[in-house]
Amino acid sequence: MSLAFGALLGYASVRFKVVGDPLAEQLDALLPQTQCGQCGYPGCKPYAEAVANGEAINKCAPGGEDTIKKIAELMGVEVLPLDENHAADNTPKIAFIIEEDCIGCTKCIQACPVDAIIGTTKQMHTIIIDECTGCDLCVAPCPVDCIIMKPIELTKQNWQWDLNNIPVVQLD
Amino acid sequence: MRSVIERIEKGHFWKFHGGIHPPEQKFLTSDKPIRNLPLPKQLVLPLQQHIGQAGKLLVAVGDKVLKGQALTQSSHIMAVPIHAPTSGKIIEIKDAVIAHPSGLSEMCLFLEPDNNDQWQQRHICSDFTQLSHHDIVAKIADAGIAGMGGAGFPTHVKVNSPSKINYLIINAAECEPYITADDLLIREHCASIIDGIKILNYLLSPTHILIGIEDNKPEAIKTLQQASKNISNIKVCILPTKYPSGGEKQLIQILTGKEIPSGTLPSSQGIVMQNVATCYAIADAVINDIPLIKRVVTVSGQGLNKPQNVWALLGTPVGYLLSQCDYQNNQYKQIIMGGPMMGFALPSDQVPIVKTSNCILAPSEQEISSKTKEVECIRCGQCADVCPAQLLPQELQWSAKAKDQPQLTKLNLFDCIECGACAYVCPSQIPLVHYYRIAKAEIRQQHQLDIIAEKAKLRFEARKTRLEKEKVAREEKHKKAAAARKARMNSGSSAGNGEKSAVAAALARVKAKKAQVNAGSAVVNDNVDADHITIDKLDKKSQVAAAIARAKAKKLAQQESNQVTKVSTDGQSEKDEKKSKVAAAVAKAKAKKLRSTSNKNEQENVTLEANANAGADFDNAGVDNSDIDRKNASQEMSATPISPTKPMTTPADDKKSKVAAAIAKAKAKAKTKRLANQEKSMVNNESIAIPTSKDQQPLSKDDEKKVKIAAAVAKAKARKLANKVVGPPVKSSDESSDESSDESSIEPSVRQTNTSIKKVESTKSADDKKSRVAAAVAKAKAKAKKLTAQQEKSEST
Amino acid sequence: MAFWIASSPHSHIQQKTSALMRLVIYATIPGIFAQWYFFGWGNLIHISLAVITALVAEFIVLSLREKKITQQLFDGSAVLTAVLIGISLPALAPWWISVIGAVFAIVVVKQLYGGLGHNPFNPAMAAYVMLLISFPVQMTSWQPPLELMSIGLDGVNTLFVIFTDFTSDGYSVEQLRSHIDGFTMATPLDTVKTNLTIGLTITESMNAPVIGEHFGLGWEWINAAFLVGGIFLIYKKAIDWTTPASFLLSLFICSLIAFIISPDSNASTMFHWFNGACMLGAFFILTDPVTGATSTKGRVVYGILAGFLVFIIRKEGGYPDAVAFSVLLCNMAAPLIDQYTRPRTYGHQGSER
Repeated sequence: MSLAFGALLGYASVRFKVVGDPLAEQLDALLPQTQCGQCGYPGCKPYAEAVANGEAINKCAPGGEDTIKKIAELMGVEVLPLDENHAADNTPKIAFIIEEDCIGCTKCIQACPVDAIIGTTKQMHTIIIDECTGCDLCVAPCPVDCIIMKPIELTKQNWQWDLNNIPVVQLD
Repeated sequence: MRSVIERIEKGHFWKFHGGIHPPEQKFLTSDKPIRNLPLPKQLVLPLQQHIGQAGKLLVAVGDKVLKGQALTQSSHIMAVPIHAPTSGKIIEIKDAVIAHPSGLSEMCLFLEPDNNDQWQQRHICSDFTQLSHHDIVAKIADAGIAGMGGAGFPTHVKVNSPSKINYLIINAAECEPYITADDLLIREHCASIIDGIKILNYLLSPTHILIGIEDNKPEAIKTLQQASKNISNIKVCILPTKYPSGGEKQLIQILTGKEIPSGTLPSSQGIVMQNVATCYAIADAVINDIPLIKRVVTVSGQGLNKPQNVWALLGTPVGYLLSQCDYQNNQYKQIIMGGPMMGFALPSDQVPIVKTSNCILAPSEQEISSKTKEVECIRCGQCADVCPAQLLPQELQWSAKAKDQPQLTKLNLFDCIECGACAYVCPSQIPLVHYYRIAKAEIRQQHQLDIIAEKAKLRFEARKTRLEKEKVAREEKHKKAAAARKARMNSGSSAGNGEKSAVAAALARVKAKKAQVNAGSAVVNDNVDADHITIDKLDKKSQVAAAIARAKAKKLAQQESNQVTKVSTDGQSEKDEKKSKVAAAVAKAKAKKLRSTSNKNEQENVTLEANANAGADFDNAGVDNSDIDRKNASQEMSATPISPTKPMTTPADDKKSKVAAAIAKAKAKAKTKRLANQEKSMVNNESIAIPTSKDQQPLSKDDEKKVKIAAAVAKAKARKLANKVVGPPVKSSDESSDESSDESSIEPSVRQTNTSIKKVESTKSADDKKSRVAAAVAKAKAKAKKLTAQQEKSEST
Repeated sequence: MAFWIASSPHSHIQQKTSALMRLVIYATIPGIFAQWYFFGWGNLIHISLAVITALVAEFIVLSLREKKITQQLFDGSAVLTAVLIGISLPALAPWWISVIGAVFAIVVVKQLYGGLGHNPFNPAMAAYVMLLISFPVQMTSWQPPLELMSIGLDGVNTLFVIFTDFTSDGYSVEQLRSHIDGFTMATPLDTVKTNLTIGLTITESMNAPVIGEHFGLGWEWINAAFLVGGIFLIYKKAIDWTTPASFLLSLFICSLIAFIISPDSNASTMFHWFNGACMLGAFFILTDPVTGATSTKGRVVYGILAGFLVFIIRKEGGYPDAVAFSVLLCNMAAPLIDQYTRPRTYGHQGSER
């Protein structure tokens, strides 16, 4: 009988073997990929690897509660509140360059983790909106503070059916 | 397929799952003819009135336009143009509230009618069979026709289907309560509709044309049967009244028994469906060359004294239609565009009629209650019984509330047609559809975010490999250059032999260079050394050294090129002048600082020396042109002449910045010391330092760029200062383990900085440039303050 | 004055949960009337006791949970639960039985699970089973039909019995339960079960006085009355016909098969239909939407399972009636049934789920 069970277990281990990404890959998939470095790591992947090796799960500010929950679920650990040091306002934003102030120093271009800023030395720079992850990293290096983070504009396409916030016309 | 026709002939239709019978309320408007209205005072024309994209604007404010004139141009297959509904003047182009549930604003044209109603030149085509398919499709596209049943899919895309069409279905079901627009249109303009159907027949050549109409419109049925009896392949199919039989998928199921697979268009099954109003518009466009500028709108509801169908020009504000139908203005006000089941409430009565608006509903309080008392779901399952898509609304609802997106997708949330049947029957009065809409929007958003995240990830990875590659390439280049130089040096001197490593060569070079620099300044050397100590790796050291050397060479090259161009061009000489002025300003500022800090400790004196020497070094570099090869190389590199102040303004340039950084560091160090030791003098310092930068300005006259550069310098300096301010205390606290005192000393100083900023602001002169510089300085300081605060915070935690 | 913004659909059928509950309560009236006719005031007293207790318990819990009290207290669900408990209790059970039952049903089974719509078990039946297991003596002290009772019992005396265990004349419940001939009475189901264990055949058991002319004196009429109420509910579209139909059919078929195989040891199909809480269960308890299956297919499966369980437990189980037990078992199975009976969504071909 033990043989039979052994065979059964052996079969089961082969049959139900979990073929999945390594943990770091799965974690990386959960992270928002802003590459902002707010967690203290130089990008989302390094942080994912660190989490896989036991780093705290609550350091991703752009991901916020949702991401922490997902990571906790994947790791099978308890949900932690977002680390205070990494807490940030995580409304989605994109960077915007005030173009008349830009001196063309290319500092922001080097800071951008996703190459979403174009421009060259002494030329005005600009942001590729579609590529910007809103990571905030270009704001600090700017010597003239011409980069601001703008909240993403509400359009018909990204409207979330938030009926309570519709500005109604007040009559009389 | 034969059996389908046989069944239809016998009047046996398929059934779709579920469905409801809400009170029809069509009697309010069904017995009155369509009324023509006088022109409104203003028309508001949103640029985008359909699914897809907005067209390109063709007119400007102040333009006079004729009736039927195109106002936008289609630039995309999914874009349709809009036209002037009457002749008049464009008075404004701005964002205004559009006909969308969100109540958001989009770009609209404001047209003021001139009451002449003057047509543009029209080309009436009496026989459309003379035209090619392509011409007709183009006409339809140019007429701006988009599906008028509700969704607003561009019609020319739909009629240009490449696949074989078996069934052309004309949707006259009009199953929503209250709405009678199509009913009346059939009764009054049946001939035109049939013309439209003939055109569609010509374009698509379907095997069968089925007109689906609900049995609650007996007059319209009679008219249609009368008009279509001579056309052999048209069948008027009289359907039992049930909501939502007018839904595209439901009507197809009723008539043909086919289900359109999820996520595909009916044309993939050889079926095309058009609304009757669209048929009318097609006939008008192709035969009479009238673009889509008006439509029948049912203005109904018990809030009106005279509910009626009207011909409304596109762009007519809803408020105008309501006043024409004698709206009783009562306390309770809800205006719905569309029917009571799928329409949306309007946030304003200035919303215009668009191509898809078939009904304006102004209900009384008794008709449609504003009070919703949502209670818990009791799982009665009535919603599942009425769902025409055979979904499980109650389970969807739970998942939607729990935001369980995978489960929602699994439950086929995206097959929900938002008909509202489930919410209509729900005894717990749960606004189910609303939950679904939110969930759908969230899933879409999430999907979008996922795509963006994926893209960001790829770009991040690509960047990383690129940087890696560049680094390797740079190292390679350095190695080569070093080898070449070594070879040269070997021929000239016996400094090294061929076996020496590249690193050693670089080091040697650095030393050689240092010797040169020493002639100019010893302090810079010290700083360079300090830099070397901080960087551990040998190869890095050599890199830095090489960088410094190159930077110098560059400068030298520039100097020379400037000297050359000085002779030749005025512009260059001006630049040179600028340079010297800025340099002078910097020097002046330094002098001032020197004065103000003359009572400071030794370290600072060193700094000042460093500054002075650094200044000297720039000049010296120009004279020191022993290495011609390098100069040439860097001349090539600096194709665009860079202003000599560049090393200061663009510290981004890593190599150059090293020198600048070293100077600044030394300065900042001194400042920090001052901060820690003498807080009060800091205030003086600051308040003096800022006027200094102001004083600089008159020198630079009107040159904006100069101002900017100066501002940048100031900012960069302040920033570095800030960084250093928070840097050293950590060190000192390590040494003295007296953190708290250090911190407390920084805090007040920050505050004082603030006050000094205020002072500066208050003394700001009217001079624009000056104030700008001051603002920049203030900004930089604020930033410094912020950084300090952050640093402190991290220190304390 | 401002524009009112709401999400579509804007019109709504004016039927509410509370109205639905009220309709169901009205539909129990014929059954209650029959109970009163055959068994006297006992159940009416228990119903009122249970209703009062349930409302008080609901009020307390709702205030503790900081919910909207007025709205949820009068949604009728608590009253309906209480009515069902009152109906199912033995008429002469002591007063605290219905109080404990109602409190348990409302507080533990309903509110602790999250209130209306979130309870996995039918509160009335869960309470009934709890009482049956905890207080077997009181819960099986079925009173014989009035006409078989040796001692007359009016409303006042019933009150006395329920609150003091004795009538005003000092008769105990046990004395009341004894037959004219001196035998202790039981329900027809109980009688049959006992008789079968002592070796009597079904035909012999059917001669017992409590069975009466057909399938059980009084019980047949009570069940018939509930059937009428149930049909009224189906007519009013308050409940779906599939669950009761499949339940009754399933019970019918099971008992028919058994009856054909061994008529001596198995009661007839109609005996099963018109005894115990069969009709009450079919129309008023299994159709409870909260704890039942939701899709049409699911309801059919749910009904068949319930019918089968009722038959098995009646036949083989330790308790004479089985509706409460089988309902609880089916409640447990309902989510699973729902999971496997999801309808095919429009536009999705069969294979994918």
